[in-house]
Amino acid sequence: MERSTLDVWVGIFVVGGLVALLVLALKVGNAGDMLRAGPTYTLTATFENIGGLKPRAPVKSSGVTVGRVASIDYDPEAFVAVVTLRIDRRYARFPRDTFATIYTSGLLGEQYVGLAPGGDDRLLADGDRITKTQKAVVLEDLIGQFLTSRAGETPQK
Amino acid sequence: MIDRGLLTVRGAGRSTIDGVLRLGYATRFLWLTLTHSLTCLQRPRLVVREIYFSGVLSLVIVLVSGLFVGMVLALQGYQTLRTYGSESALGVLVALSLLRELGPVISALLFASRAGSAVTAEIGLMKATEQLRAMEMMAVDPVARVIAPRFWAGVLSLPVLSAMFTAIGIYGGYLIGVVLLGVDEGSFWSQMQNSVDFREDVVNGMIKSLVFGVAVAWIAVFEGYDAPPTAEGVSGATTRTVVTSALAILFLDYILTSLMFRGA
Repeated sequence: MERSTLDVWVGIFVVGGLVALLVLALKVGNAGDMLRAGPTYTLTATFENIGGLKPRAPVKSSGVTVGRVASIDYDPEAFVAVVTLRIDRRYARFPRDTFATIYTSGLLGEQYVGLAPGGDDRLLADGDRITKTQKAVVLEDLIGQFLTSRAGETPQK
Repeated sequence: MIDRGLLTVRGAGRSTIDGVLRLGYATRFLWLTLTHSLTCLQRPRLVVREIYFSGVLSLVIVLVSGLFVGMVLALQGYQTLRTYGSESALGVLVALSLLRELGPVISALLFASRAGSAVTAEIGLMKATEQLRAMEMMAVDPVARVIAPRFWAGVLSLPVLSAMFTAIGIYGGYLIGVVLLGVDEGSFWSQMQNSVDFREDVVNGMIKSLVFGVAVAWIAVFEGYDAPPTAEGVSGATTRTVVTSALAILFLDYILTSLMFRGA
């Protein structure tokens, strides 16, 4: 008798732990995305400067997340960053002349890749490279440019 | 003067050698426990019984602490985040702090003081009252029968407790942040889901608590087994379990954090 109630309690304990883990995975984390994630295809894009882009950053088109950054590498021949994008198969209709830009959400928020489709009839296939890209806006560069442009002005007093 | 200096040096040397010796003995003991663990697989009832005493009975204190830790995190985080107008990031703050650090660490500290000390006292008393020796006389291996089940129960219980601590802590944060302070519910959850990565944060937190579980269970059974068989000895061993576990948890936490969360 005593043994079976003990077993029940341990059973409840383990089930509680599993429920907690499930809550953490699905409600708190993004494991739901992983389960829901259908087939994907990869595109690469080279950027002169990726700023603070990180793997797993979202890839958005018209503000909708269509994929994620799979990996970031450096091309020592061309001196550029090579970003591999994993795009959802459902959105596999980006034209050849799609424009990839690195944007920042908010003023200092995380960075993401924005895709702006062009007008080409031919579509990007799996493994293709996006040639039209624009590097990330680096805040320090902006400030530097602003200061040099101000230096040219004659102070008026 | 010289005598005193010499004594200090000698004392330092002795305590160093003692420490190394104890560590070696403890490692040998861990190996002995692992090699005698087959009984636990053959008779899982032994482990289930110990999970009840170590895990289930620690449930109330872990859940209540988790709730309050989550609530106070939300309260403090809200005050700071409001200064920058980013209250909507409260969910991220609460979830990441709990998943990565506070969940595994605080539940391990609570587990060490609630269950680890009990295990040490129990084994120490069994040794003091010569129950372990009596088992040996009856050809029952005390390591396989007493030590190993308690060790594995600790290793298995702590991740479960830690998961529950974290989950209820996040709900505590929700309660204070959304219900009481009026942070937008949608952005609380959606920003949290955007920033929390399952593998990076949830799984790493679980790995942490598994490592802490091994450390706490090991320290608890070893201190009990190694306790001098007197009332004083057992009480000293119980204290050492709590102190050593706490130090080990915080030290391991630093090491694991620096290995796990480098880039992010």
